[in-house]
Amino acid sequence: MAKVIVDGIEVEIANGSSVLQACEAAGKEIPRFCYHERLSVAGNCRMCLVEVEKMPKPVASCGQPVADGMVVFTDTENVRRARRGVMEFLLINHPLDCPICDQGGECDLQDEAVSYGRDTSRYDEAKRAVSQPDWGPLVKTTMTRCIHCTRCIRFSTEIAGVPELGATARGESMQVGTYVEKALSSELSGNLIDLCPVGALTAKPYAFTARPWELRKTDSVDVLDAGGANIRIDARGAEVLRILPRMNDAVNEEWLGDKSRFSVDGLKRRRLDQPWLRDGARLRPATWDECFAAIAARIKAVAPSRIGAIAGDLMDVESMFALRDLFTSLGSGNLDCRADGARFDASQRQFYVFNTSIAGIEDADAILIIGSNPRHEAPVLNARIRKRYLASPTFIGHIGLPHDLTYPAMHLGTDPSVLAALTDGSHPFAATLRAAKTPMLILGAGALARPDGAALHAAAWALAAQFNMLRADWHGFNILHHAAARVGGLDLGFLPAAGGQDTRAMLDGGVDVLWLLGADNADIAAIPPETFVIYQGHHGDAGAARADVILPGAAYTEKDGIYVNTEGRVQQGFIAVKPPGSAREDWRIIRAASASLGQPLVYDTLAALRTRLAAAHPHFAAPAAFRRLAATDLQGPAPGQVALSNAPFTAVAANYYQTDPISRASPTMAACVAAHSPADNTNFGLAAE
Amino acid sequence: MSGQTEPFTFDDISETAIAAAIAKYPAGKQASAVMPLLHIAQRQMERAAGSAWVPRAAMDAVAARLGMAPVRVYEIATFYLMYNTKPVGKFHLQVCTTTPCWLRGSDDIVAACKKATGIAQFGETSADGLFTMTEVECLGACVNAPILQINDDYYEDLDTARTEALLAALKSGAPAPPPGSTIGRHASAPLTGQTALRSPSQATQNAE
Repeated sequence: MAKVIVDGIEVEIANGSSVLQACEAAGKEIPRFCYHERLSVAGNCRMCLVEVEKMPKPVASCGQPVADGMVVFTDTENVRRARRGVMEFLLINHPLDCPICDQGGECDLQDEAVSYGRDTSRYDEAKRAVSQPDWGPLVKTTMTRCIHCTRCIRFSTEIAGVPELGATARGESMQVGTYVEKALSSELSGNLIDLCPVGALTAKPYAFTARPWELRKTDSVDVLDAGGANIRIDARGAEVLRILPRMNDAVNEEWLGDKSRFSVDGLKRRRLDQPWLRDGARLRPATWDECFAAIAARIKAVAPSRIGAIAGDLMDVESMFALRDLFTSLGSGNLDCRADGARFDASQRQFYVFNTSIAGIEDADAILIIGSNPRHEAPVLNARIRKRYLASPTFIGHIGLPHDLTYPAMHLGTDPSVLAALTDGSHPFAATLRAAKTPMLILGAGALARPDGAALHAAAWALAAQFNMLRADWHGFNILHHAAARVGGLDLGFLPAAGGQDTRAMLDGGVDVLWLLGADNADIAAIPPETFVIYQGHHGDAGAARADVILPGAAYTEKDGIYVNTEGRVQQGFIAVKPPGSAREDWRIIRAASASLGQPLVYDTLAALRTRLAAAHPHFAAPAAFRRLAATDLQGPAPGQVALSNAPFTAVAANYYQTDPISRASPTMAACVAAHSPADNTNFGLAAE
Repeated sequence: MSGQTEPFTFDDISETAIAAAIAKYPAGKQASAVMPLLHIAQRQMERAAGSAWVPRAAMDAVAARLGMAPVRVYEIATFYLMYNTKPVGKFHLQVCTTTPCWLRGSDDIVAACKKATGIAQFGETSADGLFTMTEVECLGACVNAPILQINDDYYEDLDTARTEALLAALKSGAPAPPPGSTIGRHASAPLTGQTALRSPSQATQNAE
């Protein structure tokens, strides 16, 4: 530890810290453009100059390591003069186009110019201007505004692991860009917009939409993948305009995947804003009462064993809890939240969560990824694996379709036969796993949805047990889900009761009345024509197309809801805008339906529902409390009926950008798909609107 | 841009040079050889196409060979002015216009080059594709200013007439005139002949 005195305040800080960190520890704000806590130190903007006793010149505090006994001054006349000089140089080539710049109001340069800018410019030469390259449908470039802080270059190289950006040429000709014009191929490219301290990189879909001070900001949780990234929903009036990440070191640090960030325009398209009822071959607009009456008539006409419910990928815990209560009171055990048709043993929580935890990845020294492409299924979590790889030597093996995961991963094979080779030690990676102190294994939820998913589940557990991944101090068995609702549903036991039918059985005609709670990703086509389908959800997607009754629900931005991410972390999102038209929050719809079915649920408010929820499942009582599970019970999951096959693993979705009703309705996501697969640009017209 | 993406593979001469360049660095640090490799690629283009430049395909080949991200190679190739990222003529006229050369008449050399080749601006290539003229900073041969570097060779002590004669000779396809001073000066010896140490020194005489 080093003792540093900053403006008379003594702070103690770890050796190797920078002077800037010491200043922050003392509560002093240091202006900066290039320095960022999560990126390497570049030291090229020079804005963070401070004075240090016995040093003849002001020093850039971001790059200066602390020394014991250092005396730092952050606010002397000399420091202010130096920063004013730096600011004047930065503004020499920066256009004065703040009125037409999207960064206005949340621009670091603008903010610092208030403190350190001159009132007039002394520069009367021509300003530099550069071309505006096209970086694809997400990031809008105005490189004339670039102050060459290189944060975007460092982010794409270090965090995203897709080194496409660089600084070409030099001096006044230096340009930040891709050199060869191309759309950025990272799934984390939206974060460049947050990182850019000026208006050089702004959000293309959000261009010229709103000023930050017009927006109403609501904290929430992302549901478009199972990582549970913390987000801030920015809305104006009844419209969600953009989604930004919130900082949470345990989950998403401060990053957010492009799908989660840019699917917002899907929230106002293809929406179900009123109830519909099938009348012969067509759906007609109906009232809530008509729909509930039709549902009651059908449900009362069949035996409880002939009704069933499937919960989809985006649902909040409350609505699944309410629907489960309703079906229990109706006497039906036909429930399943595994809309993808997976059949695996979910009898213990450690069988289906990401036990190591996302932050725990940083403690692993060997990682085996089975049947998953984390880069597409959870890009922010994938960035964590890359962070681990960069921090210290980590051996990563990958079984599945070969894919660039942004870090070197040894490709062990494409089918489950590798598991056997690892078990008997004939595969060289087995030695790596055996030598590792904290090995972990990531099994993709897509692999569990295979016909032999249960066998794979058991085999993976056995592998984890064999390679010492299941210990009291370390749990290395992980399921990487891609559906935000899945762990919540499994926690609730939204699963077939004894003798109940699972997703596959219900879809294949096992029930006469099927309640799809946002289950668009289920195999809808398999439902026989005579089944009465109730679709409750927010988008006119696959489920609504097949429905006999449509109950318009709320998207995740339009309701208070609890979600459980893939590591089992319980998080709460808040309502940002009201659902459109006569759509309602989902638990309310289920409560209303329960009344018309003659089995009213015992709660009338969300608070009462949550009290019941917490009583039934204590871990929902304190959402903030999250702790890793220790592997205590080594008895693995049941291997199921289907033997392990050697069919190769397949991808969960055709692409990263369109995986759920919201992103499928988003023109921006369609444009991304078009930009990244030139052969399939059928959706491109949609993006032009 | 012409030929930027034309397939590029290293030839045998290049491969030999590459092996020697990479061998200079410890295993795993082969990316250090990026600058020699870019130079090797530029030389190969000079041999094969008569134009010493590094097309993008060659930068990609260098990146692939050294296991680097292509953009890291683009950064280096565009940073250093001696890598030509656009095609140049068979004769790359690099006129020094830094102060000593300028005082000694580099403006005349520029004008002579323009007149002889038909080039209007620095950076352009003549219509016949033979010449590209570039403005360069100090070539470090100020004693014999003004200097015109053609490809790898310095032509020194130039004036308008000698520059025109030189370019005419190149244009005619004759073998390039010998590099160095165009007025017969030996190295950087004084124009008026030796001015110091004209006789054996006192010390030398004493020793005898």
